[in-house]
Amino acid sequence: MIPAVSVPARLRQIPLPTFAWATVALLATALALIFFYAPLDADQGISQKIFYIHVPIALTSYACFGWGAWKALTHLRTRAPGADLESYAAIHQGVIFGALTLITGSIWARSSWGIWWTWSSNQLVTFLILFLFYSAYFMLRYSVDPGPARANMCAVYALFGVVLIPVSWLSIRLANDFIHPTVFNQHGPQMSGSMFFTFCVSWAGLLALAATMYRVELAGKRLDAQLQELRELLT
Amino acid sequence: MSSGEKYVAAAYLVVFVGVLAWVAIIAAKLARLSHEVDELVELARRRGGE
Repeated sequence: MIPAVSVPARLRQIPLPTFAWATVALLATALALIFFYAPLDADQGISQKIFYIHVPIALTSYACFGWGAWKALTHLRTRAPGADLESYAAIHQGVIFGALTLITGSIWARSSWGIWWTWSSNQLVTFLILFLFYSAYFMLRYSVDPGPARANMCAVYALFGVVLIPVSWLSIRLANDFIHPTVFNQHGPQMSGSMFFTFCVSWAGLLALAATMYRVELAGKRLDAQLQELRELLT
Repeated sequence: MSSGEKYVAAAYLVVFVGVLAWVAIIAAKLARLSHEVDELVELARRRGGE
């Protein structure tokens, strides 16, 4: 009988260089699909191509924050060694992707609406709050000395922040947001099959990019900790 | 190049530059770790010679 292994555990078994090359292949395929396969949007024209990078980046940042919160919960529940570091690395990736979401979204807004930012869109404001909340995570982390107390505080903070993800996702659906478009509603994706396929490949590529960056950062942090330990042993 | 094309190029360029900046930061960190390993090897050698 084959033992049940979770998807993240299976992904961890893939060597990092293989994972990185798969990411490159996925992103190259996504770019080819975006510019040579996906049809031009009848309403927005070429500007709609920003959708294929902006929305997957936003969803990837949600995934990173969610993964960071899951690792924080694992730390609080089981005190698993390394869970705190994994939570930190995931939140760091989430903030990077969150910043890219805000910048690409702002460029798209300028192109489509003629403005860089609007405070009247619930989706934009809730995402900004989520981004600022997780940016403040680093202020908390670096203002407390390393140890179990810091790990516990950071885990609780990361768990509080994850509540904002469904709020950000649902805000546009619960309120009458006339500015930010709703592409995914209760009737499914509001786009053609080729556009949806391109979107899915792009999202897979960006998720793979986030996972690669997460693994590289985690490997660096672990190496740093091991070197610190070795230095203490030698001196 | 139309205005729309310029905005599309800017959005994709921002992501590319963002990833490139991350790679540069990681490369700098790797260089620091490599330097630290060299120091520790030297320290271990001196310890072995004592």
